[in-house]
Amino acid sequence: MADIAHPTRLESLAGRAIGATGVMLTPAPAAHRVVLRADPREAEALSKALGLELPAAPKTSARTDTGRLIAWLGPDEWLIIDENGDPAADLAKAAALHSAVDISHRNTAILVTGKGARATVQGGCPQNLSERAFPVGSASRTVLGKIEVVILRTGAEEFRVECWRSFADYAFGVLSEAAKDCLA
Amino acid sequence: MLLIHCPYCQEERPELEFRNAGEAHIERPKDIAGISDEEFKTFFFLRTNPKGVAYERWRHIHGCARFFNAVRDTVSDQFVTTYRAGEPRVEVERGEDGKLKLKGAAQ
Amino acid sequence: MSGANRIKGKGRLTPAKTLRFTFDRKVLTAVEGDTLASALLANGIHLTGRSFKYHRPRGMLSAGSEEPNALLDVGRDAARRTPNIRATVQEVYDGLQAKSQNRWPSLAFDVGGINNLASPFFAAGFYYKTFMWPKAAWKKLYEPIIRAAAGLGVAPSERDPDHYANHFIHCDVLVIGGGAAGLTAALAAAHAGAEVIVCDEQAETGGAFHHDTDATVDGVSGWDWAQAATAELRAMDNVKVLTRTTAFGYQAQNHVVLVERVTEHLANPDASLPRERLWQVRARQVIIATGAIERHMVFANNDRPGIMLASAARTYLNHYGVAVGSKVGVYTACDSAWSAAFDLKQAGVSVPAIVDVRTDPDPALVARASELGIEVLSGQAVLDTSGKLRIKSMKVGKASAGSTRDIAVDALIMSSGWTPSVHMYSQSRGKVVWDEEGQRFLPGHHVQACASVGACSGVDDLADAMDGAAKAGHEAAKAAGVETGPVWTAPDADTATLWTGSMMGSAAGAGPETTVKAFVDFQNDVTAKDIRLAVREGMHSIEHVKRFTTNGMATDQGKTSNIHGLAIAAEMLGKPLPQVGLTTFRSPFTPVTFGAIVTHSRGDLFEPIRRTPMHDWEEAHGAVFEDVGQWKRAWYYPRPGEDMHQAVNRECRTVRESAGMFDASTLGKIEVVGPDAARFLNLMYTNGWDKLEPGRCKYGIMLREDGFIYDDGVVGRLAEDRFHVTTTTGGAPRVMHHMEDYLQTEFPDLKVWLTSTTEQWAVIAVQGPKAREIIAPLVEGIDLSTEAMPHMSLREGTICGVPTRLFRMSFTGEAGYEVNVPADYGDAVWKALWARAEPLGACAYGTETMHVLRAEKGYIIVGQDTDGTVTPDDAGLNWAVAKKKPDFVGIRGLRRPDLIGGGRKQLVGLTTKDPNIVLEEGAQIVADPNQSVPMTMIGHVTSSYWSENCGRSIAMGVVIDGRALKGRTLYVPMPERTIEVEVTDTVFIDKEGVRLNG
Repeated sequence: MADIAHPTRLESLAGRAIGATGVMLTPAPAAHRVVLRADPREAEALSKALGLELPAAPKTSARTDTGRLIAWLGPDEWLIIDENGDPAADLAKAAALHSAVDISHRNTAILVTGKGARATVQGGCPQNLSERAFPVGSASRTVLGKIEVVILRTGAEEFRVECWRSFADYAFGVLSEAAKDCLA
Repeated sequence: MLLIHCPYCQEERPELEFRNAGEAHIERPKDIAGISDEEFKTFFFLRTNPKGVAYERWRHIHGCARFFNAVRDTVSDQFVTTYRAGEPRVEVERGEDGKLKLKGAAQ
Repeated sequence: MSGANRIKGKGRLTPAKTLRFTFDRKVLTAVEGDTLASALLANGIHLTGRSFKYHRPRGMLSAGSEEPNALLDVGRDAARRTPNIRATVQEVYDGLQAKSQNRWPSLAFDVGGINNLASPFFAAGFYYKTFMWPKAAWKKLYEPIIRAAAGLGVAPSERDPDHYANHFIHCDVLVIGGGAAGLTAALAAAHAGAEVIVCDEQAETGGAFHHDTDATVDGVSGWDWAQAATAELRAMDNVKVLTRTTAFGYQAQNHVVLVERVTEHLANPDASLPRERLWQVRARQVIIATGAIERHMVFANNDRPGIMLASAARTYLNHYGVAVGSKVGVYTACDSAWSAAFDLKQAGVSVPAIVDVRTDPDPALVARASELGIEVLSGQAVLDTSGKLRIKSMKVGKASAGSTRDIAVDALIMSSGWTPSVHMYSQSRGKVVWDEEGQRFLPGHHVQACASVGACSGVDDLADAMDGAAKAGHEAAKAAGVETGPVWTAPDADTATLWTGSMMGSAAGAGPETTVKAFVDFQNDVTAKDIRLAVREGMHSIEHVKRFTTNGMATDQGKTSNIHGLAIAAEMLGKPLPQVGLTTFRSPFTPVTFGAIVTHSRGDLFEPIRRTPMHDWEEAHGAVFEDVGQWKRAWYYPRPGEDMHQAVNRECRTVRESAGMFDASTLGKIEVVGPDAARFLNLMYTNGWDKLEPGRCKYGIMLREDGFIYDDGVVGRLAEDRFHVTTTTGGAPRVMHHMEDYLQTEFPDLKVWLTSTTEQWAVIAVQGPKAREIIAPLVEGIDLSTEAMPHMSLREGTICGVPTRLFRMSFTGEAGYEVNVPADYGDAVWKALWARAEPLGACAYGTETMHVLRAEKGYIIVGQDTDGTVTPDDAGLNWAVAKKKPDFVGIRGLRRPDLIGGGRKQLVGLTTKDPNIVLEEGAQIVADPNQSVPMTMIGHVTSSYWSENCGRSIAMGVVIDGRALKGRTLYVPMPERTIEVEVTDTVFIDKEGVRLNG
């Protein structure tokens, strides 16, 4: 049993990465992910437990220097991503009523970076992702081609596209296709 | 592709993020087990399907995931207003220009 | 040489840059910047195709996107060829191959031309009338012949090797059209600080300056100003200039769809470039600056090659440096043709006469004509033309009979005035209004956030057009919310002549008293006579006239024909033209390729293809996959030499004899969390959940409000406030939607939240007598004994060192487990389990075996054994409906009179009298096979398989009052035989369920 005691993870986009002129597509490293559902009135207590203010405004996110990121998805729904600590463990300590569900393996993410990053994402996403409408720090659940995604703008030329693992091939394909023409 | 104002996200978003969810302001009877066949028919089967002012439910399914209500002109296909689930029906009227507007609102 | 008709020193192309292309296999030379049309004309070729219906020889009518005639098959190789390309917009590149269409065996001699002689039979509406009798002949005789003869061009049969790009893009101001008005509006908006997109369908901006060389702007020629203005726009960060880009669809809320032709003009395009780009623009404000389109004159035989619009001839001359003929006649009702005549004459082309229907054309024009030595025939008409493959002469005379005169010409240019291009405005749902003075339809009230400027809005004077456009551009920026500075003012502009004159409908010699062919719609071969016939036959609405005659229904959308058709109909109806009304313009403005419409949604990206974490292992082990929605699921695992039947039989046997492993990852999963979780599930399912202890699971049925089964699945309780709900594979998204709907809108006070975990967990079903033996050594922290973990229980622990939610449950009837592990570990855990399972004689099994095994136990599959009209009682699942709950979704629906009375179809087992016959799913069931047809059908087969374990076929079906018919013989009539079946119980194996607890 020793040889199988610690099976390795096989992520859906393992080994995939492309660089087109103007843009790079890179699978994001594995991360803890939690969907937090709670009445926004409990936000203060939950923020304390997480060490980070839960964003209250639509389409916004918050992040710490240590790489914990919280995106507002809906009035009582947040997506928490953390490549280091487990937010679920932190939330377990909070007394405030909430639902925390581990979705670390449900989601996977593609990092889209470079001058053509925005145009690449707009190849499949109908939302306005301009600096004005979608500044750095914005986060939104939306669509990419025929699938649902969460798009986070982590930098002027950096987007994180989160999707369910079985849609990752499709998301990667659509983004790769769009990347070819991202400097148009 | 329409733009739909989500009352929770507080901005217009592309129609692709939304799903229509039928007629609005049809409340499930609290004592549904006890209602008559006639009442059940009205509740479950009958819909108004109006030409003009339509009260609809929509869900921002690929956005904030909330259900909300909308008033739409089925003739022009335009939304007059949207409001959160649970809020009372918003009354509208047709202005002189033929466009629907909130009742009492200036043209 | 780039063609004998190229005039030295004329035009804007560089003669040194020559290109070679072929037309009907003949090699010809063009100049860089040529369209196919200008290059063919430079080579003296007018004849480019045969018309749609009568196969009449046709040539270029126009020099733009309104072209109805010159439709060619254009490409660079067999896979990259496109039919019905307008020669007037296709730029020539080195190596381009063009072919004429709709002719056989050759363009000059076409057998189909017989249709022209037989034309009395092809009048408007002939399809509706001619092929009515005998009725039987339609399908076998008429339709195939018509289908073969109909249509223009041939679609390529090879796969398109190119790719197409999609861009969603947002801007403050979109300007449609890069002529004088559009460029001015764009400059004004851009200088105000707005984000601007300006698009133009041509290779270069400049619009009417392509032909009009008389205008000056800012002290230079209009063309030069336009190029400078474009350069200025391109240099601005807030502006995107898109040429070769057609705005073809104006949708709701300023969603305007553009198509950009990226490589169609390049000889050796970079493979990384898309062939076309689809720009889905969302603009805060739109400015429509689409100009106007010149109309032809409607007279007898006005369709011969060599007869074309005056502005087109002028474009070929002034832009491409090509003379459209050596003796060019002019027939007009508008001043614009005079300008063209003057330019041609000055370029050294003979212009024998200007025939103007007006008795008193502008004296200044007449004086100029006389100065140039052009004969003017005012108040006269071209009554007919001659020439088989190209015009040879025009017959000129007074309208009211009298003497006529044949004038030899090799081209005839014409103008009956200009039609403002209101297509985009009309698509934006604006209603056009009639301008009595200008005799034209113009944009009225703009319904969307848009404005029309320049010629498309009826402003004829260049200076006025540019002033108006500058104001509109500024206003648009302001309305888009841009902090604007002072208004950018348009430069001074001057047109030498303000054209007047307009005529709609048929000219002299083509009136109602005649039977001549005076074409209104060239592309669909509609004549003035056809329109009159339509009115006589009772079509009094223009919409009916349009459909009866097909006027304006071709791919050119009647850009040149609509107004003429309308005028002729109005005249016949004796009504003023505006009362007859204009038909609605719809998108696309010009034809759009399928490639541009679907962009990346093809091949592997047509639909998402979803694969489970264990997919690669399954593939490597020979699995054949089936599509279940978007999922690829392992269907069966054939061994060498096995067919599907043999593989499934082996898998079925192995699972019951030792064990099998099955990938159940696609099952929907929802985590239901909160203090009111059980209360919520009580409302969502027919069963009660209060008494389910943490660590136990049970089967639940979900109904719609009408009482019919919506979904089913096993629900496990992890803690007081936490449930792990499973749904069917296909039902996952809709069940989540259904639950959220009730939670948000009907039961918002419940403290419970839902999160989809379908893809968080990989699910490995290990089923069969050896299931426990397989998993036991790998599991830690869970007592697997039946006493500690009985059937329908759930434990959390680890397997192979990773967290698991281990369900003891069964969809096979065997003792078994469903091992849930975080998805990224699915592959490794599967492999570890397989390493244990294989030596124990177990197999991997697919969905087909799963289906057979569950059928042997009578377990239903929602969507197969139910169809949205089946209640729990119909399905024999009344035991799962709580009798004492006060409420659940469907409780009232179940009590509807038609659901509780007798006579409902009930799920039963069916065994064929001959055990070797496997029924067809969907086959109908009757009580009496000898009754007359149509028989009374009392049910149908829902599931049917060969059961290796039973040694016979088994089936389930729904039969009216079927449960009362157990033991009875019913019949399944099939085309070749009638099959006898016995009604049975739905459980075919282990009726006592002892194996489950093994």
